[in-house]
Amino acid sequence: MSRLTEKNLVLAKEIIARYPRQKSALIPLLHLAQEQTGFISREAMVHLGELVGVTSAEVYGTASFYEMFRFEPIGKYLINICGTMSCALMGAEELMHHAEKRLGVKAGGTTQDGMFTLAHAECQAACTEAPCLQVNYRYRLRVTSADLDNLIDDLQDGKLNDEIPAHGVLSKVRQVIPADRAVGAVAPELVTESPVWLNGKAAL
Amino acid sequence: MSTTFKHAPGFVSGDRPKIVTSRFEFADSFTIERYLATDGYKGLRAALSRPANEIHDDVKSATVLGRGGAGFPAGTKWGLTPQQVWPRYLVVNGDESEPGTYKDRLLMERDPHQLIEGCLIACYAAGLSQCFLYIRGEMALAQERVATALNEAYAAGYVGRNILGSKFSVDIILHWGAGAYVVGEETALIESLEGNRGMPRLKPPFFPAVNGLYGQPTIVNNVETLANLPWLLCNGVAAYTAIGTKTSPGTRMVAVSGHVKRPGVFEIINGTTTFRDLIFGEDFCGGIKNDNKLKAFVPGGGSAPWFTPDQLDLPFEASQIGPAGSMLGSGAVMVMDETTDIPAAALTLTHFYAHESCGKCTPCREGGTWLERILRRIVDGNGTDADLQQLLEVGAMICPGAFPHAANEKLGLTAVPFPYKMTTICFVGPSAFAPVHSALTLFRSEFESRVTKRVTIPVTAVVSKDHVLSSGAKS
Repeated sequence: MSRLTEKNLVLAKEIIARYPRQKSALIPLLHLAQEQTGFISREAMVHLGELVGVTSAEVYGTASFYEMFRFEPIGKYLINICGTMSCALMGAEELMHHAEKRLGVKAGGTTQDGMFTLAHAECQAACTEAPCLQVNYRYRLRVTSADLDNLIDDLQDGKLNDEIPAHGVLSKVRQVIPADRAVGAVAPELVTESPVWLNGKAAL
Repeated sequence: MSTTFKHAPGFVSGDRPKIVTSRFEFADSFTIERYLATDGYKGLRAALSRPANEIHDDVKSATVLGRGGAGFPAGTKWGLTPQQVWPRYLVVNGDESEPGTYKDRLLMERDPHQLIEGCLIACYAAGLSQCFLYIRGEMALAQERVATALNEAYAAGYVGRNILGSKFSVDIILHWGAGAYVVGEETALIESLEGNRGMPRLKPPFFPAVNGLYGQPTIVNNVETLANLPWLLCNGVAAYTAIGTKTSPGTRMVAVSGHVKRPGVFEIINGTTTFRDLIFGEDFCGGIKNDNKLKAFVPGGGSAPWFTPDQLDLPFEASQIGPAGSMLGSGAVMVMDETTDIPAAALTLTHFYAHESCGKCTPCREGGTWLERILRRIVDGNGTDADLQQLLEVGAMICPGAFPHAANEKLGLTAVPFPYKMTTICFVGPSAFAPVHSALTLFRSEFESRVTKRVTIPVTAVVSKDHVLSSGAKS
């Protein structure tokens, strides 16, 4: 039941068409599948394999390499607490201990109500604002234990629903290429000539 | 706790020349309206008004250095493509994840149009027929901002077919990663873009410019590198090279984090700004937190060997940092004060690289994990003195030969630049050892005080003279 929906199938075909080779669309499509159900199911992988012309095993082979893809349901909110150098120097460990106590789960675990999954994360590229965390890949910076408590309260009360979508939804904006503006992707073997603007003259 | 990004948190403007962060002061810096009101897409127009090869020559003569870590000049890289092999592609490396580094994320979040314009200029100059903008998976806001900007740019005729009504046509495809540090390595990035596991490709060929995406010539450039191009085209080569030094012209973005009073991201003048300026300067971080003493600092991202306070006066100039035993890397300084637990600090970094190993090369996959395990038992108080030697031995196998170190006349050592030699395809493996080696050479006593001395009994003492060691042995 978790093959791509009609609507997502249209999107998927659009995405595939942007690449000179279909398989290149695999990671964007895996994100699409994860957006649909919060994780990537076997059926979704079979479907994606059909779409890009590889086996479902190859789809799993690619997907399992990347940390963001989940193959089992997780909490609605994935809280990733950074523990790399700068955050570690600025107290990330205490923050993690506090989070574990507050949520009643160890790092890697999901709360019983299915709301939160707590996880250790590696460098999130906000090192000057340490310690930092991400909730479904949305930043919270210079987080104190009190900040974390407030954040969890707000998430539970639904106050951040506008800002933070459920796990799986990454970018809320999609690239749209208007048909009349698109150059289009061509398989590399079909291109034999140099681009037209490389003729020693100005393009304008 | 800040909940929105009205003003780029972390970024510190200061009174310095700006090339890539000139719009950061505006709350709406990421919109096309603001971009067009501040010289936006003028560089593209200037480029398209001249033949492509002239633009390539400009980038070459301006010596725009790659800002991703290796510092390879962009113009030279573009010139490595084989003659008459088409199509050629541009892949933008926005998979920023080196510990301590964040500049590309700000550039994508705060000024996505500048990056798009940079991509277009590169495609025009180097004859690249399609551009793939690979953004790290975890950066949701950057993805949203770049997607919005691309949609605006397509609608306004800056990207796509017949750009600005000219013969120049190129698509920019936004592509997200899904969480893997190693994908920042350019051949791994290409594998990932082809829909595979993001493992680095066997070298040679050393440059994707020769054989990259779909086996075609491919230019992989860092976000910051490309963000320099619009300014360069607007203001000319002379204005660009007037900033910084001859070998390192222009500016570069540097993130200073850790135990400093005012951590931040700065756009600094290349080649002349020193680490002392950055860490202690009033315009920058203003000294060490709580006025503590500086113990050590990482000069160029998690992979870089560490520096000590006596190296504070070194400038941001690759030709000086290399001989001093480290590297400038991706513009990330991490500062450790006197309260820092050095073995634990080394452990966090080594854990990072062990965790992020893709597993393709055995020395990195096994060695990184062992380094982490040994280091962890030392930090937990269960280490022995033999572990210190063990760390160095394991590390030497990931990066064999003399490990890069600074010149030390007293010890009779000449400088060995980093990296010296590798048994792995990419830098992840040797990077796991860099913090261990630095910590152990610079602060060995902190390790020694943590470990217990192991009493070893020589084998000869327990094997009696007439003991038969193996069934095949004859007495």
